[in-house]
Amino acid sequence: MMSIFIALCRQHVLLAWRSGHTTLIVSFLFIAVLLMPFGLGPELALLRKLAPGLLWVVLLMSLLLSLDRMFQADFEDGTMDQLVLLPISLEMVVLAKSLGHFIALFIPLLVAVPVAGLLLNIEAAALPALLASMLAGAPALTLLGAIGAALALSVRRSSMLTVLLVMPFYVPVLIFGASSTSRAISSGGQVDGASLAILALISLATLFMAPLAAAAALRVAIR
Amino acid sequence: MVQQQIFFPSIGYADDQQLTLSALGCMRGGRPVFAGLDLKLEAGQGLAIYGANGTGKTSLLRILAGLLMPQAGSLALTHGSVALQCHYLGHADGLKANLTVAETLQFTAAFFAAPTSSLQLDELGLAGREGQMVGDLSAGQKRRLMLARLILAPRQIWLLDEPLTALDTQGRALIDALARQHLSQGGMVIAASHEPLGFTDRSLDLSSPSDAGGA
Repeated sequence: MMSIFIALCRQHVLLAWRSGHTTLIVSFLFIAVLLMPFGLGPELALLRKLAPGLLWVVLLMSLLLSLDRMFQADFEDGTMDQLVLLPISLEMVVLAKSLGHFIALFIPLLVAVPVAGLLLNIEAAALPALLASMLAGAPALTLLGAIGAALALSVRRSSMLTVLLVMPFYVPVLIFGASSTSRAISSGGQVDGASLAILALISLATLFMAPLAAAAALRVAIR
Repeated sequence: MVQQQIFFPSIGYADDQQLTLSALGCMRGGRPVFAGLDLKLEAGQGLAIYGANGTGKTSLLRILAGLLMPQAGSLALTHGSVALQCHYLGHADGLKANLTVAETLQFTAAFFAAPTSSLQLDELGLAGREGQMVGDLSAGQKRRLMLARLILAPRQIWLLDEPLTALDTQGRALIDALARQHLSQGGMVIAASHEPLGFTDRSLDLSSPSDAGGA
């Protein structure tokens, strides 16, 4: 069963990489961040003040953009029918695909965020705290996205619907993530333990609940 | 013609395996597709499902695989569950255009927890195409690659939806040989088709349900 899980995860990563999706999403993040100074003006102090919120919002946007890749292609090309017949539960399939999504898209985004952060004049000392908060929120963001992607499957051209479904659930992660980041920046790189703990708590709760919900949504979509 | 060859070793399926459908009914989009379908299929038997468009051939296969809920009636299998003992080859091929042929086979084998070594590509008529992207294969070659699933992972019940689609004479002979070997080893084949199938000994015409279960 473990080997099936790994194979599913590996295939998801390979396909995301080969279809150019990873490059596309990371480029989107960079372009969005690069455009900010043009819109907000070149005041370094202002950029630094806005940076935590901007980085978090852009990260969420990039993730939302990637969600329709999660199950849509499998659903359309008939792979989903095969996945149901595998000797592994659909909940595990959801977990494997979410892990694949995390490796293929979230990690490249996390690599890009520090560079993008420097463009917004965040000091390097604050970067570890920024990445820690994003990493703590990552399982929640990926798995909540999986629920939305699974729910929107049976609707044609569903990527916009996925975004609308998932957005409200991203709000708590955004609030705690951005506040922990801004505190880290104002305090010169000190990690805000309370916010991190709450992010981790949200992540653990979704890790437990989301596979059940997403698998149920997949079953409805297939039938 | 493909010469008689052994595609997979004998597996030892349960001889007394029996698939029973009783009063099975199906609704799609609020319209009844078929109703009151009774059928018994034993190990080693092949069933061809005929019927005009929209008479529920695909729906019946999907219900059998557990991909669709029947609106009425029930289906039962003597040993185990159908979902874990069947192969469902539908219209959608479930192949990834961005993988090579060899990678597709590796992943298929891993998904069904089967060893890869048992399959030769020339058996499928795909010799020398290991490194080719699946997206560059022709429709018929993709159908042939789909058949790899049947050979790689032994499962007693084969549910084939229009298995002859897009295949040339050799490909059709390949399906015929595969199915005949599978049946002779105690497997079951249920195939929906618009064309007569050589390997099935029983047929069911969904256009006229009174024939249901006829020998």
